[in-house]
Amino acid sequence: MINYIVKRVFSLIPVLFVVSIAIFLLVHLTPGDPASVMLGVEATEEQLKELRKEMGLDLPIYQQYLNWIGGVLQGDFGTSYFMKEPVTHSIAEHVKPTLSLAIIAQIITILIAVPLGIAAANRRGTIADQSIMGVSLLGMSIPSFLLGLFLILLIGVKLGWLPVAGYQPLSNGLWNHIKYLIMPAISLGAIQAALVARMTRTSMLEVLNTNFIKTAQAKGVKKRAIIYKHALRNAFLPILTVIGQTFGVLVAGAVVTETIFNIPGIGQLIINSVERRDYAVIQGVVLFVTLSYVFINLVIDLLYGFVDPRVRLDRD
Amino acid sequence: METAEKEVRQLSDIKQQLKKEQRQLFIKRFFSNKLMVTGSVTMLFLLLVTLFGPFLVSQDPYEMVVQDRLLNPSSEHLLGTDEFGRDLLSRIVHGSKVTMGVGLLVAAIASFSGMVIGLYASYYRILDHILMRICDGLMSIPAILLAIALMAALGPNTRNVIIALSIVFTPHIARVIRSAALVVREQTYIEAMEAQGASATRIIWLHIMPNTVSPLVVQATFIFAEAIIVEAALSFLGAGVPAPDPSWGNILYDGKLVIFNAWWMTVFPGIMIVLSVLGLNLLGDGLRDLIDPHTNHGKK
Repeated sequence: MINYIVKRVFSLIPVLFVVSIAIFLLVHLTPGDPASVMLGVEATEEQLKELRKEMGLDLPIYQQYLNWIGGVLQGDFGTSYFMKEPVTHSIAEHVKPTLSLAIIAQIITILIAVPLGIAAANRRGTIADQSIMGVSLLGMSIPSFLLGLFLILLIGVKLGWLPVAGYQPLSNGLWNHIKYLIMPAISLGAIQAALVARMTRTSMLEVLNTNFIKTAQAKGVKKRAIIYKHALRNAFLPILTVIGQTFGVLVAGAVVTETIFNIPGIGQLIINSVERRDYAVIQGVVLFVTLSYVFINLVIDLLYGFVDPRVRLDRD
Repeated sequence: METAEKEVRQLSDIKQQLKKEQRQLFIKRFFSNKLMVTGSVTMLFLLLVTLFGPFLVSQDPYEMVVQDRLLNPSSEHLLGTDEFGRDLLSRIVHGSKVTMGVGLLVAAIASFSGMVIGLYASYYRILDHILMRICDGLMSIPAILLAIALMAALGPNTRNVIIALSIVFTPHIARVIRSAALVVREQTYIEAMEAQGASATRIIWLHIMPNTVSPLVVQATFIFAEAIIVEAALSFLGAGVPAPDPSWGNILYDGKLVIFNAWWMTVFPGIMIVLSVLGLNLLGDGLRDLIDPHTNHGKK
């Protein structure tokens, strides 16, 4: 097991190295140079020179990278030019709504998808199965920002059941907090729900076809017990993986959803920074989300290896 | 002598017969796959709209008529008008040229560059390690974030959307091509070619590449759909196709501002996006079944 963990962690190093270079180079893709883009056309040569020096753009490029990555490794993601504060500070301020949104979306996803997937597998080939799979196909084809807009139109504007946009922190009461996040969470989680439902169905069907289930049936075990006690347990590992992977996707997807619903999270931070061309923040947010994404996947993989010994033996 | 000739002729007859039957089987399989037919018909419809639509709609997508602001759908403006009094049907039809064009170009560019990377990575060990680590790295940055960051660096215009999305999706194609090519590379006939002294270029492009085309087509279809989604999201966020050019995404952006007054500006471009993505997904699933009947993806 320790071997497996060490291997898995070390395999991340080249990936993270590439990620850091890609994110670092992003700024240098800018036609002209970031300083002149940030200050606009009216900037004097003096101001440009000063900003370049402040941003370290006058150093050779490898030196700039080393300075930047050195800072990142010590938890310093740079300083926002417009907000005059450390990027980590802005991220910390904006991370709570995003996390809250992703968690609620995840809960909704699981609550909807797993039972539907099991039901579809049980009634394989019937109309119920086909309509569940049909809806899930539709769910996968509606981009989350679009679903968000449709929900706003239907539930927010037409029916007026839920607030169309905005955010209330948890300190203002749990219901207040959740009320504003239901629609965004549904729109964010729908695609993942479709995926998880499909995965649940496939995984259940696979297990239901094995010999030990047939034996159980032959013994006369009740159908309910077969499904929930025997099959679901064994089918749960792949489902768990998909759920884990989707959590990373949810955090990344929240970027667009937040903008629609005006939630002051990471997504809004990066969109505002794009408008202001605040490169340090853009780099910081992309790096932060990617790191959390990679980290979540790592944890899921390790858990998977821990629960199912076949995984770690396979890869050794 | 004559009997030999006769036999050869018979053999070629049998071969032709076989080919014909194969083709018939292919056509039969195509039409027996309802989802795939649905997908193809949807895409054909959208293709026709994109190609001929702009000639059929009479109104100018850029013409602003102030007194016609936010009109409901009516016989004069079938899908209504936007907040500048521009005809929505015309904007959506002209927008499909932009959105579908971006999607198609991205799929094509990513396919080509992904193919080159994937093929050479599968052939040279050292190259494989380097290129695949770069692909892994790029793929671990969430697509939409990478696209947003690239657009922030490059500046918002349609050409840059195509560049940014091609960078985002090339690794996905490269991965698929590489794994398909690796299987071919282990075949005995490739070893035989190498022993005969065939050049690497010849082996890669004449003997390995043709075997990677089927998975490439399937993957490219999904990338097409994905590119439409990300383009729409970028334009919706104001970091994609800039105004006043219409794209489904930035029509939605305009629609969001007037969502309380004009449902049609959100619903119609939204339907177009769902239709194209659904069509492409069905097509991709169907193609996968058609090419490889063993994977029962999407089938009941």
